Amino acid sequence: MGLRKPPLHATHADRDASFTEFGGWEMPVEFDSIRTEHAAVRESAGIFDVSHMGEIVVTGPDATALMGRLTTNDVTELDPGDTQYACITDEDGIILDDTMVFRLPDEDGQSHYLFIPNAGHDDEMYARWTEYRDEWGLDATVRDATEEWAMLALQGPDAPELASEATDGATTDIDRFKAAFCDVAGVRAFASRTGYTGEDGFEFLVPWDEAETVWSAFDCQPCGLGARDTLRLEMGFLLSGQDFDPEAEPRNPYEAGVDWTVDLDTEFVGRDALEAVEREGVDERFRGVVLQQRGVPRHGYEVVDADGEHLGHLTSGTMSPTLGEPIGLGYLSDQAPPGTRVRVVVRGEPKQANVVTPPFIDT
Amino acid sequence: MSFDVPADRRYLESHEWTTTDHETVRVGITDFAQDELGDVVFVELPAEGDEVTKDAEFGVVESIKAVSDLLSPVSGTVVAVNEALFDAPELVNEDPYGEGWMIEVEPSSDGEFDALLSADDYRDSIE
Repeated sequence: MGLRKPPLHATHADRDASFTEFGGWEMPVEFDSIRTEHAAVRESAGIFDVSHMGEIVVTGPDATALMGRLTTNDVTELDPGDTQYACITDEDGIILDDTMVFRLPDEDGQSHYLFIPNAGHDDEMYARWTEYRDEWGLDATVRDATEEWAMLALQGPDAPELASEATDGATTDIDRFKAAFCDVAGVRAFASRTGYTGEDGFEFLVPWDEAETVWSAFDCQPCGLGARDTLRLEMGFLLSGQDFDPEAEPRNPYEAGVDWTVDLDTEFVGRDALEAVEREGVDERFRGVVLQQRGVPRHGYEVVDADGEHLGHLTSGTMSPTLGEPIGLGYLSDQAPPGTRVRVVVRGEPKQANVVTPPFIDT
Repeated sequence: MSFDVPADRRYLESHEWTTTDHETVRVGITDFAQDELGDVVFVELPAEGDEVTKDAEFGVVESIKAVSDLLSPVSGTVVAVNEALFDAPELVNEDPYGEGWMIEVEPSSDGEFDALLSADDYRDSIE
């Protein structure tokens, strides 16, 4: 099967972007340079095409029940316009995906939700939602809208001003982690004040065929998935398929440091397993490391103590463009809490590093 | 996109270049290679006096997004190392055939140059 392409693929190619495969999609990884794009987002603003993210819409009398029983957070807390970060876990409490849940304005008097599976997970999540709906006999409509909507992320300290100009001021009323419909350059869009970079900004869902109009409405640095990765890494945000993965890196939310997404007062798939985890504790936790010697930490590198004893491994790493320091994320034994001096084994050579609690930078 | 491929050097398919003075040669990576790698953030090189072997790894270059082994175009003894790259690895991006050079080698055999790619052959291999 060929790779899926975002509606702006040809636009990016004309701009000489380089592309990469990600989650079954061919996406722009770099337009100018990761360093340039990263700096633009930290210092002014950048725009990302993140149309590879999934969109699943859930409506109907039992939409709230279905959402609540398949995500770890308490969806009943959401009013229309609210957003919520949550995990989707299996019966054993292992994270299958992480997601943003949006409650949209009610439709025909029924609750109306949208959630955003990670790239390539939309088929799996659509199947999961419809299968459990049928098994539980719930009355809800589930629709995979991934290829109906493009998703663009405008991020950076100048993003509010740029968004305000393009939306005739409509976005200035949207608070952090809230969402609303608005017009962007005449296109009806769903805007949320959310993102994956640690900066202020907006994510816009726009009709697939009108992505070009909205993309062109923002005069700022186009950014690829390369900068998106370095930006999220500096914030310690999880990357699906790398920092957790049900096959390669099976982790529960407590290990992954997102236990705050778990509401044990609700009933959801994996709840009982996670209650036991909360009671018994975990052996390894998601931590940051900062190398004190020359080198670049990478996915898969082992972390050891001064005697060479295994303490854990890294799941992500890079040279931080903001700090100019080598940083990594991974799972370390509870014997290596923040402040511990450890060694990261870089191609066979142990390099000194300090354990820290992410984020690595203040934004 | 067209890449700079100076005619006065020889090349490996793995994107290293070398000069062809048979007394002491310089080694680096090509314009194409630095473009593919993106922002170079780290370079690991041998020390002066180390031996390198043709087609064997002599170091590592890392960009923000990738790690790549460096292969030696010739066998011989390392007689100089571009230590400027330790503090300014971005020189590899900015000037891959000049300030971004990596090591100088005293070759142990003249014959190894014959197997290297000419500029035209290397250009063909990346187009």
